Amino acid sequence: MNGPIIRLNNLTKQFDGVTVVDHINLTIKENEFVTLLGPSGCGKTTTLRMIGGFEEPDEGDIFFQDKKINDLPAYERNVNTIFQKYALFTHLNVYENIAFGLRIKKLSKSAINERIETILKLVNLEGYEKRHVDSLSGGQQQRVAIARALVNEPKVLLLDEPLGALDLKLRKGMQIELINMQKRVGITFLYVTHDQEEALTMSDTIVVMNEGVINQVGTPVDIYNEPINRFVADFIGESNIIDGIMNYDFCVTLDGYKFECVDKGFEPNEPVDVVLRPEDLEIIDVENAKIKGTVRSVVFKGVHYEMVIGNESMEYIVHSTRMRPVGSSVGLDIAAGDIHVMKKETEI
Amino acid sequence: MKNRFRMLSYPYIVWMAIFIIGPILLILFYSFTSGNVHDLGSMSFSIGSYKKLFNLMYLKVIAKSFYLAAVATALCFLLGYPVALIIVKAEARKRNLLMLFFLVPIWMNFLLRTYAWMSILSPNGFINRILAFFGLPMLNIMPGQSAVVLGMVYNFLPFMVLPIYTVLSKIDKSVVEAAMDLGANNLATFIKVVFPLSIPGIITGITMVFMPAVSTFVISRLLGGGKDLLIGNLIEQQFTVQRDWHFGSALSIVLMVLILLSMAVMSSVDKEEHQGGGGLF
Repeated sequence: MNGPIIRLNNLTKQFDGVTVVDHINLTIKENEFVTLLGPSGCGKTTTLRMIGGFEEPDEGDIFFQDKKINDLPAYERNVNTIFQKYALFTHLNVYENIAFGLRIKKLSKSAINERIETILKLVNLEGYEKRHVDSLSGGQQQRVAIARALVNEPKVLLLDEPLGALDLKLRKGMQIELINMQKRVGITFLYVTHDQEEALTMSDTIVVMNEGVINQVGTPVDIYNEPINRFVADFIGESNIIDGIMNYDFCVTLDGYKFECVDKGFEPNEPVDVVLRPEDLEIIDVENAKIKGTVRSVVFKGVHYEMVIGNESMEYIVHSTRMRPVGSSVGLDIAAGDIHVMKKETEI
Repeated sequence: MKNRFRMLSYPYIVWMAIFIIGPILLILFYSFTSGNVHDLGSMSFSIGSYKKLFNLMYLKVIAKSFYLAAVATALCFLLGYPVALIIVKAEARKRNLLMLFFLVPIWMNFLLRTYAWMSILSPNGFINRILAFFGLPMLNIMPGQSAVVLGMVYNFLPFMVLPIYTVLSKIDKSVVEAAMDLGANNLATFIKVVFPLSIPGIITGITMVFMPAVSTFVISRLLGGGKDLLIGNLIEQQFTVQRDWHFGSALSIVLMVLILLSMAVMSSVDKEEHQGGGGLF
């Protein structure tokens, strides 16, 4: 496995007395695609800016290859950033934008030419050297920003919601391009987004943040299937989060009925949060079902139908390719492996 | 809808026709005629006024006007740019206060401010009395070119600072951060990013200082004494003392053409350096 490249140790940042990043610890490995995911104001961008050198931490340390870089100014750090709104130099053309970092490093003309030619090929912008950046589309400007950062061959690339300003289709395309680029150049990407789908698509590791605290670190599959708490479950994908009681190991009571599950290690009869993903709930005939309900609404979503099925005590969101008409009585079933039990968070 | 909005511009168009285009046409008319200005019948076409201009004495006055205005504009830029930079870098609360301090002098009458300088700089003025008190040598710049330039710089400095400040404050913070991210230290960031992006403001500032400075007649009369005649004074004299409206008009037209030419040169420089920005032309 690759060694660690960035390590955050008790990193804390306050703005006007409000703690935005609260004693976080995180290790990022070489060649990893790590995503900081969370709602706006969760501290993900501030964390990124501290690593980039644009904000000073109030407490804690940032290590880069085991060297503390807290006091290193941004221009001496071996990381490059892609900013939310690209931040291109509007007084320079595409070539000069990309050459900016290389000229500062005083590379020879031929070396600069060579590197820019290579990088333009990578970002698919050959022939755009002389173009003025204002005349480019959003996607093209984004690519120039990526090229401008990557051409410096940084050890780590920091990306601050780089696709936020693009439309859906372009965004999907750029997601794939970014993943491919990361694989090809083989450097660490630290990506910030509030878009859970983007995070799931692109990352090797997702770091879910909320209110300045890291909630969960894991692979996309882990985070989706085994959310650690209500917040993560709610933020990643759609889910039904319902109250349950863990009777004993491998048995949980939902909606008044006992279900077999795969979780253990709880107190007997401990109240728990249970996550049921809408696509895991199966609609069956009423006669054979424990949970029964009526279809309250149906929305066509393209690949599947989203139905709300309710009874006196609960309402479930169910995704299914087979539509049941509104008002019909149905039963719901769920496989033991699809029931995910989480400890209830103690209210602070 | 569109037409109704267009109607809002009518008062301005009428204003412009009566008070700007009309007078310019009149001046053009006078400059190309000779005879009694109060008697239309006695006037005839003539380029005599323009011929009269090619007198070394007048050409010297024109050259001196442009030279002093250029010096004053350069000084305004050298003083004004750092000021604009300091105000932009100040924290938001201080920024407005700094700007206010800077703008308060404009609220006072222009003539009053220039008279104030007269009493400060004159041989028996404020400065010299203090110098005399300590037995120091006298400051003898008024009347003279130095005092005129000083008056220009003092009066027109805010017009340099304001546009530069506006442009600087609009530069996206992330662009500056991007430069630092790419390895540029503070100085390199300023030279390679901040300064080039502020050029449109500099052009506007230079325009707004140079134009009134080159045509001023109040500053040169009050602080330059009778000694340093500028083109503004020359024009004023033609209308008030010499009563030669034709020559005064010709001088005005020449001044206008020269200003337009210098602004055109300025904005072509701007376009070369900054393709995206809009200059005056």
